[in-house]
Amino acid sequence: MQSSVRPSLGLLKQVGLFLLLSSTAMAVEDVVSFSDESLRPRYQQLLQELRCPKCQNQNLADSNSAISQDLRAEVQRLLEQDLSDTEIKDYLKNRYSEFILYRPEVNRATWFLWAAPVVLVVLGGLIVLRLSRAKKLGDSQEADIPVRSADQQQRLDKLLNSPKQGTD
Amino acid sequence: MNRLTLFIPFALCLALGTFLFFSLGKDPLDLPSALVGEPFPDFALEELHQPERQVSIDDFDSQVLLVNVWATWCFACRIEHPWLNSLAKDGVVIVGLNYKDHRKLAQDWLQERGDPYQFSIFDPRGVLGIDLGVYGAPETYLVDAEGIVRHRRVGVVDERVWNEEFRDLYQQLVDEANAE
Repeated sequence: MQSSVRPSLGLLKQVGLFLLLSSTAMAVEDVVSFSDESLRPRYQQLLQELRCPKCQNQNLADSNSAISQDLRAEVQRLLEQDLSDTEIKDYLKNRYSEFILYRPEVNRATWFLWAAPVVLVVLGGLIVLRLSRAKKLGDSQEADIPVRSADQQQRLDKLLNSPKQGTD
Repeated sequence: MNRLTLFIPFALCLALGTFLFFSLGKDPLDLPSALVGEPFPDFALEELHQPERQVSIDDFDSQVLLVNVWATWCFACRIEHPWLNSLAKDGVVIVGLNYKDHRKLAQDWLQERGDPYQFSIFDPRGVLGIDLGVYGAPETYLVDAEGIVRHRRVGVVDERVWNEEFRDLYQQLVDEANAE
């Protein structure tokens, strides 16, 4: 059973991947032509990182809304004008606010967002360290403190050494 | 002491919960505007009714005014239009920005529904739209006498929105402009 399912799943994945890649490729590459082909990778990269202001959770490469089409054309125009990637992002940020950047800049509102992963990892590490230290301390203390008092030990020995009782 | 530290996760959850709860009421479509407090971008475009006439920021004539972005393909603009007409009747200066539209359709639309605009900027390619950061019609900008954008509304401006967001600020700006 298993062996007959696996290959078809693999095929499905391949087909899915093909559709996924070809659809984005068609959405962008069909229409756009550049005076210099070296602009194309930068264009693709920018479209991935710029957010469609109307459709929220899509980038400009994904979205086919009217405003995304306009902004794609605008990005192309700015690239042809020899603007750097940063200049293009600033240009759009000045018009559409920082919302348009999928990778927000570090500033007063976003520093926590950027710092949070580092802070959390350090915090988690400290907690783990403290816990393991406390455990080690606990273990060694356990070894030092006699568990049984002398009186208890005596009774135990007596019980262990005494002939078996109640087996019959 | 040790017992109190047990409440730290609880306090954190409470803080996060409160933060998320208050975020619920926010409209995710209400984007921050990059233009508020900035000068209205300059433009050189044709007037909707008179193609031979070029209009620019100078035509704002140092008036306190509204710039209303609209189009015939925009359904919400139909809902908004009667209120704009009544504002214009009350003496509020409104400039139309016809956004990505066809001239003839736009002219007919205004003929049919009334024209509240002092003049209409015709922007078929959305050039000024991009400079303004327009991402959907209708949008309305309140511009002061110095040409600074003081408020922006994305979406319909009706009587409620006017009273809540525009009226007082508009009155204040008009008073300031008159005092000078």
